[in-house]
Amino acid sequence: MASLATTMPAGRAIRPQLSSDDVLKRGLMLVISLYLIVALALPLYVLLSKSLSTYHFDLDTFEIQRSDETGTNFGPARTVAQLNAEVQAIAPEQLATGSDGRLSVTNLFKDFSFRSPVKYRIRGTTDSAAFLVGSELKRGTEWVELDSNTFRRVVLRPGRTIGLDNFVNYFSTPALANSIQNSLLIGAISTVLVISIAFGLAYALNRSQMKFKSVFKLIMTIPILVPSLLPGIALVYLFGNQGLLKSWMMGNSIYGPIGIVIGSVFFTLPHALLIISTALSVADARHYEAAASLRASKWRTFWTVTVPGARYGIISAAFVVFTLVITDFGLPKVIGGQYNMLAVDIYKQVIGQQNFEMGAVVSVLLLVPAVLAFFVDRTIQKKQVALLSARSVPYEPKPNAGFDWACFTYCSLIAAFILVMIGVCQLAATVKFWPYDLTPSLRNFRFDLMDGGGWGAYYNSIRMALLTALFGTVIVFTGAYMVEKSEGFRTGRTLFQFLAMLPMAVPGMALGLAYIFFFNNPANPFNAIYGTMAILVVCTVTHFYTVSHLTALTALKQMDREFEPVAASLKQPFHKLFLRVTVPVCLPAILDIAIYLFVNAMTTVSAVVFLYSAETQLASVAVLNMDDAGDIAPAAAMGMMIFYTNVAARLLHGAISRVLLTRTQAWRHR
Amino acid sequence: MKSRLIPIVAAFAATLAATAAYAETTLTVYTAVEAVDLDRYKATFEKAYPDIKINWVRDSTGVMTAKLLAEKDNPQADVVWGLAATSLLLLKGEGMLEPYAPAGVEKLDPRFVDTSTPPTWTGMDAYVAAICFNTAEAAKIGLAAPKSWKDLTKPEYKGHVVMPNPNSSGTGFLDVSAWLQMFGEEEAWKFMDGLHENISAYTHSGSKPCKMAGAGETIVGVSFEFPGAKAKSAGAPIDIIFPEEGSGWEAEATAIIAGTANLEAAKKLVDFSVSKEANEMYNQGYAVLAYPGIAKPVENLPDNVADHMIKNDFEWAANNRKAILAEWAKRYDSKSEPKT
Repeated sequence: MASLATTMPAGRAIRPQLSSDDVLKRGLMLVISLYLIVALALPLYVLLSKSLSTYHFDLDTFEIQRSDETGTNFGPARTVAQLNAEVQAIAPEQLATGSDGRLSVTNLFKDFSFRSPVKYRIRGTTDSAAFLVGSELKRGTEWVELDSNTFRRVVLRPGRTIGLDNFVNYFSTPALANSIQNSLLIGAISTVLVISIAFGLAYALNRSQMKFKSVFKLIMTIPILVPSLLPGIALVYLFGNQGLLKSWMMGNSIYGPIGIVIGSVFFTLPHALLIISTALSVADARHYEAAASLRASKWRTFWTVTVPGARYGIISAAFVVFTLVITDFGLPKVIGGQYNMLAVDIYKQVIGQQNFEMGAVVSVLLLVPAVLAFFVDRTIQKKQVALLSARSVPYEPKPNAGFDWACFTYCSLIAAFILVMIGVCQLAATVKFWPYDLTPSLRNFRFDLMDGGGWGAYYNSIRMALLTALFGTVIVFTGAYMVEKSEGFRTGRTLFQFLAMLPMAVPGMALGLAYIFFFNNPANPFNAIYGTMAILVVCTVTHFYTVSHLTALTALKQMDREFEPVAASLKQPFHKLFLRVTVPVCLPAILDIAIYLFVNAMTTVSAVVFLYSAETQLASVAVLNMDDAGDIAPAAAMGMMIFYTNVAARLLHGAISRVLLTRTQAWRHR
Repeated sequence: MKSRLIPIVAAFAATLAATAAYAETTLTVYTAVEAVDLDRYKATFEKAYPDIKINWVRDSTGVMTAKLLAEKDNPQADVVWGLAATSLLLLKGEGMLEPYAPAGVEKLDPRFVDTSTPPTWTGMDAYVAAICFNTAEAAKIGLAAPKSWKDLTKPEYKGHVVMPNPNSSGTGFLDVSAWLQMFGEEEAWKFMDGLHENISAYTHSGSKPCKMAGAGETIVGVSFEFPGAKAKSAGAPIDIIFPEEGSGWEAEATAIIAGTANLEAAKKLVDFSVSKEANEMYNQGYAVLAYPGIAKPVENLPDNVADHMIKNDFEWAANNRKAILAEWAKRYDSKSEPKT
C-alpha cells in the first residue's frame, strides 16, 4: 500500500466539467461528422485507391507444356515468362492493361499452326491466375489439355496490383489527355464570357435607375430551375441542322465547343450574377464623391473605384463558374459532339467501356482543378475587408435617362436570350414531329412509351427532392449550429468545418462514382442502401452541402453569442433555446436552404447518373437518357416538367415564407 | 414472461414457414430490352408460370453491363433476359454465368447459342446494322442514297454521316467489329479512315443516329433496323438501307447469373425464353428471331433482314474488344480536338 501511495501519479489537469448539454452537443456534432465521413470522406478515399488499382499480365504465373507431333509425349513445363524470354513475342508495354485485358499466347511458339496435331497443356501456378479458353474462364493450378486449334483461342487474364500505371496510361493516350486541354480551354472561355456578361447585368441592376429591375432579376434566375442539359437541347433546336436560326452559325456546327460555351453561359449566369450583384450592391458614396471632386472621368472612376470594390466578388464568381463548367456533364454530353471533355470521359469510360479504374483516374484528375480553384477562392475570401464602415454613406444611383436606357436594352437582350432558350424547348415539346409535322400535340409527354422511366421517374424526382430538402435542411442546419454556437472542442469543429466545405470542390461525377465503389461493396455495412432512394438522397445532400452550410452559418452569425450563456444561466437546456429561439429567428435562412436543396435535387444529373436503379429513376436522368436515345422532343418535354415543378416550388416557398415570416419575424420590426 | 413468449414466437415462425412454402418465387431480372416491351414480356411469362414473378431492372446495354460487372462479387440479379451477347461474353469471361441448356435449345438457330456445352447464354432475337437515310433532306441537296458501306466514304457524303461511337455504344462496336471481320483488318481501317472524313458527329447511343436522320439533323445515320422502323412509323421521311456487303448484328440473349438462390425458377425462365411462344412475342419488334421459320414481317422492314447478317464471331469480338477500341480511339478520338 505504501509503495502504491508514493508512486501515485499527479492528478489530471483541471478541466471545466462537461455539462449534459455539452455532451449532447458534442454527440450531435459527432453524429453529423460521422455522416460527412461516411457520405464523403470514405467514398473519396475508395475512389482514390480505385484509381491506383492497376491490372497487368504476370507471365510468371502461367505454365505451358507442349507435346510432339504424336500429341502424347509432353515436354517440360515452362512458365510463360521463360518462353517469352527466348522469343520476345510479348513486348513489356503490352503487360500493362485494364481489368478487361486479354493476351493471346500463340505468338510464343514460332512454328505454331492451328492445323498441327501438337497438343498443349496450360495451367496457372497460383490459385488466382486466370485464363480463358475461348470465352470460358479457367482458374487455378489444374492442367488444361488442348489441341492446337483450341489453344489458339487461349487468352491470359491480368492480375490486380497497386501502382500509378493507370495515370501513366491516361497521359500516354492522346484521346484522353486532350480532354484536359479541352476542359481547361472551354472553362476559361466560358468564365471570361460569363463574368463580363454578369458584371454588366449586375452593374445595370445595382447602379442604374432603369425600370423593371425585379422582372429582370426574376428572368435571370430561370436557368437555375432547369437541368444543364436543357440549354443543350434548346441549342440543337435553334442552331442544329434543322434549327430555326441555323444561318446564324455561318456554316459552323453547334455540336462542339461553340455549343458547350453558349450553353455554359446560360446555365452559369445566375450563379455569377448573384455573387457579383452582392459585391456591387454595397458601395460607399464618399468614394464617388471624392472621385468627382478630383475631377476623375466616369471611365477612370469605374476602373479605380467600382471594379476594385467588386474584385473579390468577381474572382469568387470566376472560380465558381470555372468549376461549374469543367465539372458539368449533361451539357457537353448533349451538345459536345466529338469534342471530349473530362466529365464526359468519366461517363464514356464507365458506361461505354466498363473501365471503372480509368473512370476513377479521370475523376481524380477532375478533382485537381476544382480543389485548386476552391483553395484559391478561400484565400482570397480571407483578404476581403468590409467595404462599409459605420461612417459610410450608401451609394444611390441617380437617374440618367441615356444610361438607364442603355442598361434596359442590355438587360432586355440577355433576358431575351434566356427566354428564347426556354421558349424553344416549350415549343419543341408541344408539337408532333419536329420539323416535319408542327401540329400541336401532347404526344411528347407520353413518357411511359420512352426510355428513361416514364412518369414514374418524374414522381420519383419529386419524392427525392422533398426528402433531400427535409433531411438536408435538418442535417445542415444542426451541423452549422454545432460548429458556430458550441464552445471548446476546437479540433473537432475545425475538422467539421473542413468536411463541410469539401463538397464544393468535388465534382458530381466523381462523387457518384465514389459512391458506387464504396456502397456497392458487400463488406460495407451500408451496402443495403445501394440502389435505393436513400443513397440518392444522401448523395444529393452531400453534393450540395457547402452552399447550404454557408447559408446557415451566415444566418447564425447574425445571432448574438450571448443567447447561449443567458440560456445556460437561466438553466434552460440548449435544445429548448435551439427550437424556441434559434430556429424561429433563422427561419428565412432555413427556408432558403430547403428550396435550394429542392431545386438542385430536381435538376441534378452528374452525381446520381451512376446511382439510380430501376425503381428510383429520376426525371433529370430521364432527360439525359431520352436525349441519348434520340428522343429529343420528349427530353425537352421532361425538362420543361422539371422547370414547371421548380417554378411551382418557388411560388410555394414564397407564399410559405410570407406567412411564416409574419408570424416569426415580427420582432424585426418595432 | 419469457415462457409465455415462446409459443407465440413458435406460432409466428410456423406461419412464416407455411407462407414461405406456398409463396411464389420472385426473380430479379436484369434487362436492356425496350421499355415498352417489358410489361408484355412479364405478363406472357407469368401467365405460363403463375408461381414465378418477375422484378425487372432495366437500363441501356452499357449501363446494365457496367452494373453487372460492378456487382461481380455480390450479384444482385438472378437472370439476365435481353442483353447483348457480347456483354454476356464479358460476364462469362469473369465466370459470372451459370451454364444451362434450356429445354428446346436444339430448336434454335445455332448462331444464337453459346458455343460451350452446356451453353451459358441463349439468344432471343437479333438487331442488325442498317443505314437510316433521310429522303426529304437528301432530295433538297440532290444526294443519292448509299447502296453499300463503302459508298459512305464518297466525298458527296462529307458532313452528312452520323454514327455511334464504339467506345460508348454497343451498336458502334458491332459496326466496327463487323467491318473488321468483313473487310479484313487493313482494308477495314482504311475504310474507317475514309468514313471518318465524312462523319459529322459520333453519338453515344446506337439508336440516336437513326433518330437524328429521322428528324433531319443528319441525312445518313449509321444505326440498326429497329429504331428506323419505329421512326418511319412515327412519320419520319426515312428509308432503311441494308448495305450490300452485309451487316453486323448482335443477339439479344438470356443467361443465368451464377450463385443465384433461385436456380430452379431461373431455369424455368430461360426455358420459356427460348420457346416458340416467347419468340413470337419478340417478333413484335424484331424481324430476326433465334427460333427459325416463325418470324412474321415487321412493319417498314423487308422480309429478308436475316439474309443481310454476316457470320459474326462473338468470341473473337469479345476477346479483341479492348484492342479494337484502343486502336479506334487512337485514330479517331484524338482527331476530334479543335483545329488550331
